[in-house]
Amino acid sequence: MKQFLSFVKKEFHHIARDKRTLFILLGMPIMQIIIFGFALTNEVKNSKIAILDNAQDVASAAIRAQLDASRYFDVVRDLHSYGEIEAEFRKGAVKLVVVIPQQFNTDLQHFNTAQIQLIADASDPNVATTLTNYATAVIMDYQDRITQGRKLPYTIKAEYRMLYNPQLKGAYSFVPGVMAMVLMLVCTMMTAITIVKEKETGTMEIMLVSPVRPMKIVTAKAIPYLLLSMVNIASILLLSVFVLDVPINGSLLLLIAESILFIITSLALGLLISSSTGSQQTAMFISLVGLFLPTVMLSGFMFPIENMPLPLRIISNAVPSKWYYDIVRSVMIKGLGFSAVWKETLILTGMTLFLLTLAIKKFKIRLA
Amino acid sequence: MPAVIAENIVKRYGKKKDTVEALKGISFEAAEGELFGIIGPDGAGKTSLFRILTTLLLPDAGKATVDGLDVVKDYKEIRNRVGYMPGRFSLYQDLTVAENMEFFATIFNTSIEENYNLVKDIYSQIEPFKDRRAGKLSGGMKQKLALSCALIHRPSVLFLDEPTTGVDAVSRKEFWEMLRKLKQQGITILVSTPYMDEASLCDRVALVQSGQLLSVDTPAGVRGAFGKPLLAIRATKMLPLLDNLKKAEPVIDAYPFGEFYHAVMQPGYDEAALRNYLGQKGHEDIEIHSIEPDIEDCFMDLMKN
Repeated sequence: MKQFLSFVKKEFHHIARDKRTLFILLGMPIMQIIIFGFALTNEVKNSKIAILDNAQDVASAAIRAQLDASRYFDVVRDLHSYGEIEAEFRKGAVKLVVVIPQQFNTDLQHFNTAQIQLIADASDPNVATTLTNYATAVIMDYQDRITQGRKLPYTIKAEYRMLYNPQLKGAYSFVPGVMAMVLMLVCTMMTAITIVKEKETGTMEIMLVSPVRPMKIVTAKAIPYLLLSMVNIASILLLSVFVLDVPINGSLLLLIAESILFIITSLALGLLISSSTGSQQTAMFISLVGLFLPTVMLSGFMFPIENMPLPLRIISNAVPSKWYYDIVRSVMIKGLGFSAVWKETLILTGMTLFLLTLAIKKFKIRLA
Repeated sequence: MPAVIAENIVKRYGKKKDTVEALKGISFEAAEGELFGIIGPDGAGKTSLFRILTTLLLPDAGKATVDGLDVVKDYKEIRNRVGYMPGRFSLYQDLTVAENMEFFATIFNTSIEENYNLVKDIYSQIEPFKDRRAGKLSGGMKQKLALSCALIHRPSVLFLDEPTTGVDAVSRKEFWEMLRKLKQQGITILVSTPYMDEASLCDRVALVQSGQLLSVDTPAGVRGAFGKPLLAIRATKMLPLLDNLKKAEPVIDAYPFGEFYHAVMQPGYDEAALRNYLGQKGHEDIEIHSIEPDIEDCFMDLMKN
């Protein structure tokens, strides 16, 4: 036990004395949350739009006011002819132009139907789609208000509710994603690198010619990174609750327990990488390309798995972070209990056991 | 019972097509309490041999025991007993001198205090710097720290792989004095070195070349086995002199050695005739001394056969 503790102490010394790496390890999750939360958001806020109001009547004024009042849009220009639209887009001054035809109110009152044209700058198709959807929603809203109390023949209206994330906030999907990414990076890459470093500098050679069992060396290495990861999880959760307003709807205890399981999976992966590589560069490369990319691409956090071709969908099942991502989303965002995630937990546990066994089997008690 | 026995050790590296045989059947014994030197140039197979004896590598053929324990079967027990100092400085550079010592003491289930008298001579020299990080020590001090760490658990056999390579002449001398003192404590020491002049400091030496043993004997025994007259020769026009010596009738071999050439002679050669011959070739100020062979001469001679 004393042996083991002195090993853990040594690992803490290594980590604490490499200030730059420590700073990156602790700062990375905070940076990622901030970047994802504020910079890389696909939500649309205060988009600049222009209005070509050919009607200049009560209804068109109401729509204009409603658009301007919504937090998605800012009406920055009032145009007077079709010719100006193209020019505005070319300048890049607006992303969307709302065209209201002549006699808009009259049509609406007399024929019960009127048209509005939405012209969007689709050089960025995602933004264009989002903007037209939002604008449509605002206009529908107006229509609902003026039709209130009136019976219209045969109208079917789809009512929708966005469960768990009514405002469709991006943070709800990237907080679990960042958790998976950070744990993968800290645990897998750092374990792999520190073990390989001992091989590279020759200290592993001395370690092997000593009474310490190799498994003890490796476990001792894992403990500081386990603690470091816990700190990272804590900072991610604190940031997401207090800065991004993403609540923890489920049990915090369950969330932490599942995270520890995933940390062990990552540590086992790191150990496996370390026993099959001989240099720190290779270890880092394998961790990045082999694990980090699949975490980003195939866990469903950046791109929906449902839209992928079948082979990729099958491969995504082998990515541990996919299961962890699912679990965190269920527990944290949907507020579900263990009964909802037992299947994912079981799969992740199975993966962990498999990886650990493989890593222990492959661990070299000799140099070659 | 000998502390180390190696029987016909073979080690190959590489895949089927281009295997390199690093050790081609090495056999020797090192007695308990002996200071045993393994001497040979770079690439002779010294490190491979040490790694097999310290259970870090498996031999492809042959058998070896350390302290009577088999290096393959009883590797766990051997790892409890031996001390090993690899050729490269292999301590934690970001830990201080004292932290390194404490760490190695703990993993060998002992403490610095317990065996302090064993490492006192060596450790006391670096103790003034005990709060300095190991990476910031000079080369000689690094060696002392590494030796202290390898000794802290009072190993029965100590393996030192090229401990003096890259260390200055004064530190080298000090290092060998330390080894002498350790030997008096009854520790068997196996030390490898590429420096022939260090051979005479060992009790017995094994000369290794390209994975083969050339000779195992005491330094005096190795020199005694030379059995041929040896001359140190110097004259004007040193460049053609070597060529001329090699062509001379009674000269078996000639090679540069410091500021002289060493010439291995046929027994019963005629010195006057040799002087005469060199004079005819246009050399002047000819100096010829009859000398005793040292280990390097013996090594050159053994390599030729």
